[in-house]
Amino acid sequence: MGWTATVIPEEFGGLGLSYLELAVIAEELGRCAAPVPFGSSVYLATEALLLGGNQEQKEAWLPTLATGEAIGTFAYAEGGGQSSPKSLATKASGGKLSGRKVVVPDAEIAQFVIVAAASDSGDGASLYLVDMSDAGVSTESVQTLDPSRSHAHIDFSSASAQLLGGEGQGWGLLQRVLDRAAVLTAWEQLGGSEACLEMAKNYAMGRYAFGRAIASYQAIKHKLADMYVKNTLARSNAYYGAWALNTDAAELPLAAATARVGSTQAYYFSSKENIQTHGGMGYTWEFDCQFYYRRSKLLAVNIGSEGLWQERLIAATEQSNVA
Amino acid sequence: MDFEDTKEEAAFRADAQAWFAANAPTAKELEGMDGMQRAKYWQAKKVAAGWGCIRWPKEYGGRDASAIEQVILNQEEAKISAPETGVFSIGQGMAAPTLMTWANDDDKARFVPRLATGEDIWCQLFSEPAGGSDLAALRTKAVKDGDDWVINGQKIWTSGAHYSDWGILVVRTDPNVPKHQGLTYFYVDMKSPGIEIKPIRQISGESNFNEVYFTDVRIPDSQRLGAVGQGWKVSLTTLMNERASIGAGGGGVKFDSVKKLAASVNIGDRPAIEDSAVRAKLASWYVQEAGLKYTSYRTLSALSRGAIPGPENSIGKLVGAVKSQDMASFAIDLLEQEGIVRDKSYDEAIGSLFQDTYMAIPGLRIAGGTDEIMANIIAERVLGLPQEPRADKGIPFSEVPTGS
Repeated sequence: MGWTATVIPEEFGGLGLSYLELAVIAEELGRCAAPVPFGSSVYLATEALLLGGNQEQKEAWLPTLATGEAIGTFAYAEGGGQSSPKSLATKASGGKLSGRKVVVPDAEIAQFVIVAAASDSGDGASLYLVDMSDAGVSTESVQTLDPSRSHAHIDFSSASAQLLGGEGQGWGLLQRVLDRAAVLTAWEQLGGSEACLEMAKNYAMGRYAFGRAIASYQAIKHKLADMYVKNTLARSNAYYGAWALNTDAAELPLAAATARVGSTQAYYFSSKENIQTHGGMGYTWEFDCQFYYRRSKLLAVNIGSEGLWQERLIAATEQSNVA
Repeated sequence: MDFEDTKEEAAFRADAQAWFAANAPTAKELEGMDGMQRAKYWQAKKVAAGWGCIRWPKEYGGRDASAIEQVILNQEEAKISAPETGVFSIGQGMAAPTLMTWANDDDKARFVPRLATGEDIWCQLFSEPAGGSDLAALRTKAVKDGDDWVINGQKIWTSGAHYSDWGILVVRTDPNVPKHQGLTYFYVDMKSPGIEIKPIRQISGESNFNEVYFTDVRIPDSQRLGAVGQGWKVSLTTLMNERASIGAGGGGVKFDSVKKLAASVNIGDRPAIEDSAVRAKLASWYVQEAGLKYTSYRTLSALSRGAIPGPENSIGKLVGAVKSQDMASFAIDLLEQEGIVRDKSYDEAIGSLFQDTYMAIPGLRIAGGTDEIMANIIAERVLGLPQEPRADKGIPFSEVPTGS
């Protein structure tokens, strides 16, 4: 379908379309809780290459990312809560990288990974591109809340690593990648949240109790109205985020954090209240409610928690004084 | 979503800006006038120049403008310091469209132009002690006597009754049919004998509303709008025209004011703004505020394309009111013991904004459709969920249980 090629420029075999088209795809992937390596490869690895890759790195990977033959992923977390340049134990020297990254999406099927490692210069970190087939790379799969998506820890032991972007500029670059991924993830979360509202509505219309559809009880109606309100506000913020991303606007950090927090809150709410609306059936393995409840939490932490993005939001208002 | 004006919209905006720049009333012009006189003066000036009630037909003082042009005009007017004209909103926003739809030509010619210029002020006599969310349960009754109707009963929550010239009124003319079928719609001279107006004191200490008592008030049958028993249908014309408050800034506590406060008060030995719990709360409110702002932009884009705003616009009040209440409450908490001081002179910068908002919002969450009614509207009209069964359906109003 060319989805993975959406924003990759035509000179690298992509479609050269805008982030608005990619946002639509993200929303639809979210709506069906698609079990595909899209966010890791498209929102993170592709964006990191587009932002920080040199010509050679782009030529090496973008054309196969565009066709979907290659899958990339991104690894910065090392466990123990939020990451910072100071907390990074992964290090590189002389083109060799060593360390351990945890809960990396699609690590076992990716052809390459972009890794954040500590640096003695600049902002304290550098990004590296590592081929997953390197002899110094090993993975250990990990069970997560959402088994429809694969995750693994990665151990690097003197693995060959190419610097991506400048030495000591990795932390700044990572933040820019995260802002871009946040907007796209917000659209995916919104799609999931919309699906939950739709499921809850359909179930409540068909399920009768005390002689009438449970959708006619205000306790249920108001719950669904709350979902609608949260989704509508999240959508408005997601539009603004997509606009900021697409025009590379100066307020992207604020717009991205706003979209991210709004969608995270909406999806969590809709996915838990969707189960509640379904009653006991919603808690059974047979029903699809669990997919969304699981996915909402995966997407809520995969590029940083709600709390982290709330902090980024306020920091962005302090930086720009826009608020 | 489009953040830019079209070419035509930009031209209209430039015209409006130029007119406001040349005609915004100066302090000298308004010298010696009270609030009502200023409102009437400014409204008359706007209408004379073709910048008031612009959506109305030319014959009534308007210029057949589009909804988006009205929004642009509101935005531009908000940028100048013009007199507040809220006293006309019920007459122009609700009474006038109802008259234009239901009155005979003579009455339209008699009343609508005077509504445009602000010469006449109208109020809305709908809600009753026993008819709020369930408006059609109203009990004020009208009995035919010759060419007149004789009205007895009580209305409540009537904004501006004490300075209104005329009122639109819904009453029960037949209690022996189901509730929606026994209503009839009139307009009434507010100086009629038998009308008594008593202001209601709100918990905020202010008095914006009134109780209006009717004792043997006589209304000529010629002041009836629609047929006898058709009052509910006429009311719907009024209610559908309740102004969608889009494009307006809105008051209350905003993100900015609480963030500023958090920078000026301490938690422990540090400014509150450095506290992560404070930052998290502020961020969530910012997200809501931005969501409301961009939702209104989406509505404007739709208006610009010619769409009609639908029930999804109930979100603004539903989310905005409780957000403002929670932010005011949180700001008071941040102030600790000082938080309860409600004295405009106590803090020069912000006055008593937080305390006033804290006291005002409970009313806003009820007025013009309670939070619960708004949620029902979203559930039923947007999501298409079924209504709750109604215990009063299909039975004569006189047999409906009332609890009293």
